[in-house]
Amino acid sequence: MDKSVLLDWYHTMVLIRRFEERCDHLYKFEGSIKGFLHLYIGQEAVAVGTIAAREEGDHVITAYRDHGHALAVGCHPNHVMAELMGKATGVSGGRGGSMHMADITKTFWGGYGIVGGQTPLGTGFALAEKYKGTDRATLCYMGEGSTNIGYFHESLNMAGVWDLPIIYVIENNKYGMGTEVSKASAEPIMIEKVKAYRIPGERVDGMDVFAVYEATKQALARVRAGEGPQCLEMMTYRYEGHSVGDRTRYRTKEELALWRDEKDPIRTLQLECTERYGIAESEMLAIQEQVMEEVEESVRFANESPYPDPSTLYDYIYPVQEEPLTLD
Amino acid sequence: MGKPISYREAITNALAEEMRRDDRVFIMGEEVADWGGTYAVTKGFLEEFGPRRVRDTPIAEMAIAGAATGAAMAGLRPVAEFMTINFAFVGYDQIVNHAAKVSYMFNGMFKCPVVFRCPGGGGKQLGATHSHTPDIVFAHYPGLKVVCPSTPYDAKGMMKHAIRDDGPVLFIEPVPIYTTPKLKEEVPEEDYIVPFASHVKREGDACTVITYGEGWLTCKQAADELAKEGINIEIVDLRSLQPLELTAAIESFKKTNRAVVVEFGHGHYGVGSEVIAQLQEKAFDYIDSPILRVAQDQVPPPYSGALEKMALPDVPKVIAAVKETL
Ligand SMILES: Cc1ncc(C[n+]2csc(CCOP(=O)(O)OP(=O)(O)O)c2C)c(N)n1
Ligand SMILES: [Mg+2]
Repeated sequence: MDKSVLLDWYHTMVLIRRFEERCDHLYKFEGSIKGFLHLYIGQEAVAVGTIAAREEGDHVITAYRDHGHALAVGCHPNHVMAELMGKATGVSGGRGGSMHMADITKTFWGGYGIVGGQTPLGTGFALAEKYKGTDRATLCYMGEGSTNIGYFHESLNMAGVWDLPIIYVIENNKYGMGTEVSKASAEPIMIEKVKAYRIPGERVDGMDVFAVYEATKQALARVRAGEGPQCLEMMTYRYEGHSVGDRTRYRTKEELALWRDEKDPIRTLQLECTERYGIAESEMLAIQEQVMEEVEESVRFANESPYPDPSTLYDYIYPVQEEPLTLD
Repeated sequence: MGKPISYREAITNALAEEMRRDDRVFIMGEEVADWGGTYAVTKGFLEEFGPRRVRDTPIAEMAIAGAATGAAMAGLRPVAEFMTINFAFVGYDQIVNHAAKVSYMFNGMFKCPVVFRCPGGGGKQLGATHSHTPDIVFAHYPGLKVVCPSTPYDAKGMMKHAIRDDGPVLFIEPVPIYTTPKLKEEVPEEDYIVPFASHVKREGDACTVITYGEGWLTCKQAADELAKEGINIEIVDLRSLQPLELTAAIESFKKTNRAVVVEFGHGHYGVGSEVIAQLQEKAFDYIDSPILRVAQDQVPPPYSGALEKMALPDVPKVIAAVKETL
């Protein structure tokens, strides 16, 4: 692995972490972020490792816990922060908010607020690419809790029947809100669950960006070889509550400590960089400092950005018609 | 009478009292047990009633709606909670094709005493997918009762009615008024039931303002403002959207000859559309000025705060509409 690639991953993971810590603070103490705020802290290796493995043009779609994916696909932190503050300069023009961020230039189709709602859409992207005969794949992310909704089963079955080029990335962080996976899923092992649709699955250490990257590379290769839909079950953990305000009474401090203190994806990568790749501590520190500046700059940018102009309220209720409605 | 309680406490109390009274009543939904309900409505229920009667479900709205309906047909009285009405869309088919139809389609053979609890309402910057007020989308179908109380007193009495009703009731609870201090009121300690029918909640003579749910508080505040200018409006609370029983509204309109309908959902094909159609059918000779609507604009709810507010009804919009009818 090239050193610059590792440092790039490290940069993005630290950026997601610091960015979201700042969001949490802005929400609680400055009131500039409103509505729901679902933090991705702890799960950074999943978005970063999977997205690093994609080729340009591969589609990305996810649920409402989407800031990490937005930053990983390369959305500028300024525009992600502006979205969180409901500003006109936000990735979705301030209309989407935390749960609904997208950037078409990065084939990032967004976060979606309805649990499981993105799964049929992602399946549709895969259908479109197969139809068009391209070799683009789709990365469709979801929480393990969303595998209990009908959308999941209907989509995987359809993808299975039609051999669609898609990877269902299940981010198994053990909980859907306060419900532990085995209380809500009769089959708590996700890669077993997808077998019903003859979709091959692999359980991956979602706290290890290398493992995530490797597994995704291989799954993408299988997709492009025409082997049909794949599933990656990323074993991971969210350190914060389900959303801001959740005091996580359903889990123990010990459990959190086990993940955060023993398996933290950023620390693991940092150790790997310094010990195995011989990267100097000072280089890692420089990245951390750069990230702090980027985060502060994003807050400054978002604070200074204007709110959407009231005259824009009715824009885009329907898409702008591009193809003229001509008759043959 | 006890101490004043909030709208949310009224619902909690009604649920608990009904569960103590009737073992057939039980609760199912996402995070209703351990978590105590998304909006803490069923907090403490697991401790009092146990896991048999307070059941956490997977995230599975189709099965929540359908299994509650089936359990109701088989003799229980389930109260199925959707975390918010936005997610009831996922269970929509079971609600409108089964719950709303089995009594009629099978010639009265089956009862279906299910309650679908739907916290709803917008204005909280939750973005387009989580800010719907789709009450009318459910109220379209005969066979399903769709009700929405506006005060703690009504909330408690209507919830008891819903649970004891032999047919399916979709019970809408506007989250924006769950804990509003201005709405708190004392409610009777003894058992009581509130009918699913419109009634005059505030008397006046200048104009009839017809509303329901969170609209009541907005209209009441508008009425207080208008009263300072000597304009006394009469407010009719619909309580029920389906069936729609408009006697009180029509009687009031015959007295004032002017009306405004206030609703928080989108105006097109909305509550106002239906109410106004019936008013002109039944009281055409009493119309003195165009009957107006105050509703959510025809735009998906944007996240950004100021934009979102622009699109929603508020006190100034109600006042302006009332004045326009005078
Ligand atoms: C259809 C629907 N039902 C319920 C909700 C409320 N809700 C939001 S997130 C969530 C838990 C989802 O858990 P999981 O899929 O594991 O994702 P995670 O939050 O762990 O990332 C629930 C119940 C929703 N948004 N949509
Ligand atoms: Mg989860």
